[in-house]
Amino acid sequence: MSRIASTFAQLAAAGRQALIPFFTAGDPDPASAVPLMHALVRGGADIVELGVPFSDPMADGPVIQRSSERALQHGVSLLGVLAMAREFRTVNTHTPVVLMGYANPIERLGYERFAREARAAGVDGVLVVDYPPEECEDLVACLRSHDIDTIFLLSPTSTDARVAAVGKLASGYVYYVSLRGVTGAGHIDTADVAGQVQRIRQHVAVPVGVGFGIRDGATAKAISAVADAIVVGSRVVLEIEEGGAAHGPARVQAVMQEFRSAMDQTGD
Amino acid sequence: MKLYDLPDARGHFGPYGGTFVAETLIAALDNLRENYLRLKDDPAFQAELAYELAHYVGRPSPIYHARRLTEKAGGAQIYLKREDLNHTGAHKVNSTVGMAMVARHMGKKRVIAETGAGQHGVASATVAARYGMECVVYMGAEDVKRQAQNVYRMKLLGATVVPVSSGSRTLKDALNEAMRDWVTNVQDTFYIIGTVAGPHPYPMMVRDFNSVVGKECVLQMPEMVGRQPDAVLACVGGGSNAMGIFHPYIPHESVRLIGVEAGGDGINTGRHSASLSAGTPGVLHGNRTYLLQDENGQIIETHSISAGLDYPGVGPEHAWLKDTGRAEYVAVTDEEALTAFHDLCRLEGIIPALESSHALAQAMKMAAHMDPEQILLVNLSGRGDKDMATVAAHMGMTL
Repeated sequence: MSRIASTFAQLAAAGRQALIPFFTAGDPDPASAVPLMHALVRGGADIVELGVPFSDPMADGPVIQRSSERALQHGVSLLGVLAMAREFRTVNTHTPVVLMGYANPIERLGYERFAREARAAGVDGVLVVDYPPEECEDLVACLRSHDIDTIFLLSPTSTDARVAAVGKLASGYVYYVSLRGVTGAGHIDTADVAGQVQRIRQHVAVPVGVGFGIRDGATAKAISAVADAIVVGSRVVLEIEEGGAAHGPARVQAVMQEFRSAMDQTGD
Repeated sequence: MKLYDLPDARGHFGPYGGTFVAETLIAALDNLRENYLRLKDDPAFQAELAYELAHYVGRPSPIYHARRLTEKAGGAQIYLKREDLNHTGAHKVNSTVGMAMVARHMGKKRVIAETGAGQHGVASATVAARYGMECVVYMGAEDVKRQAQNVYRMKLLGATVVPVSSGSRTLKDALNEAMRDWVTNVQDTFYIIGTVAGPHPYPMMVRDFNSVVGKECVLQMPEMVGRQPDAVLACVGGGSNAMGIFHPYIPHESVRLIGVEAGGDGINTGRHSASLSAGTPGVLHGNRTYLLQDENGQIIETHSISAGLDYPGVGPEHAWLKDTGRAEYVAVTDEEALTAFHDLCRLEGIIPALESSHALAQAMKMAAHMDPEQILLVNLSGRGDKDMATVAAHMGMTL
């Protein structure tokens, strides 16, 4: 069983949902990445999504664009991000790490080398924003052969046929993008998300995470009632932007605690 | 003649092209593809398009025998396909008219576009005005400053110009921002991409609309000179004017196809925009193609005196034509393009766009080593009125 699968199994047994923060590796500087990862885990994160910075983050809103630019100013590369993951693993061997980013840095490194080095660094899953299922059969095969989970996005506009196609390729979890638009945009409609997650579950066996538009504990709690995981990106990145290297870790830990305690509240 | 029917059903030209976008855009692209494929074979739509091209754009554009330029080059005869005579002064309007008509048939009330120097923005604002649609044009903040006249032109036509301050603040960032708008407003919005790049079906659709250029040439050349040219030349940034004139010639195997990229200060200086001549394959803006990128797969900044060629990628069909050898790609420097620009002004009374001047420069170079019986056909893709400030600045003058 992969580290991601066993994490979800343990959470399910306890009747809890996964809290998955995202931040851009190397923002505000490369040395902050590992302390930020540990702080997120201390605050209650179950899985950490590590963003690989790219010069042209087409699917991201201004908050994550800026974080990507800050990381790139420090010359953070895909191999650099893998080195951060490897360093995190020397201390933490239980929290799954998922790389999230764009296709081109992986194309440049080559699928086989990427899969091999990601595995060696202790990476558990990979989500490539601009690789829809039909364009990444080779990469999926490569990651599979190195026991790395392949995570895909689903959206409100994904047809049942596409949801089923993703269901066949996805492992670890699927990431349902709850809003039309880019990261950090708009407001989330809980009832709508509940219906969509139900629809996805008819075609997808792995857990369903929901992201885009989850900014506070109350929303996290509402969404976690209908999904298996919530993904928090822009809010975490904003805390890092405002807190910088000095206060970023404490601030993201506090955000995780806020979300975690809201999600774990019982009753109402 | 060999059958050429690319792209395949999923938009691939060999390993290039495709649909490399987030899941959030897939449904919109599927919808666009279905609508476009239906309209493409709809005689009523094609008749409407033909009418617009004839009466609004001013097609067919003539082919002109540039005798004095030929004489100066001293070899092969140089003919010019006069896309500069189109409404709005360039080939861009061929595809913006077509896409605005597709948008109208799809019931979209709002169009968006990205632009570098502003030519595609102007062509998009033009058709939006013509069809009564709202138009938003994304333009890099740096380009907004440098191209004040085109910004004003778009505003006159009723468009909103949004400066983009992310990344390198140029064309590629404007394209990113237009994609972000599209993914957010996809229900009522049509994205008019400015070149034969982007995710499927854009490279195919923009090519098809621009292919009117090559289709006319295939008929006009035999009428004028009794045969097809020995070579067809066109400048390549994203590559829409080149794809437009090349595509109908692909089955004419005796006709060489030569794409001319922006060599900037010279390929060896690293300051250029020659993705095919000096780049490597990768994924950007929804398709796999040749890119100018660093060793980590980050897109690098490009340079050309011609804003319309200043782009780090290139249409995926060009990548395929390069790999298969059906088309050849070369680069011409800023200086060489400027020399050709001045030659055409003085010898033929035609002020060409700096983009098109790259193709002219290559034609003059080649012609010198060819026989007078041989024929070169150059796509004069646009007029140079927009480049007055750039050329004047290069000559040490301010206007």
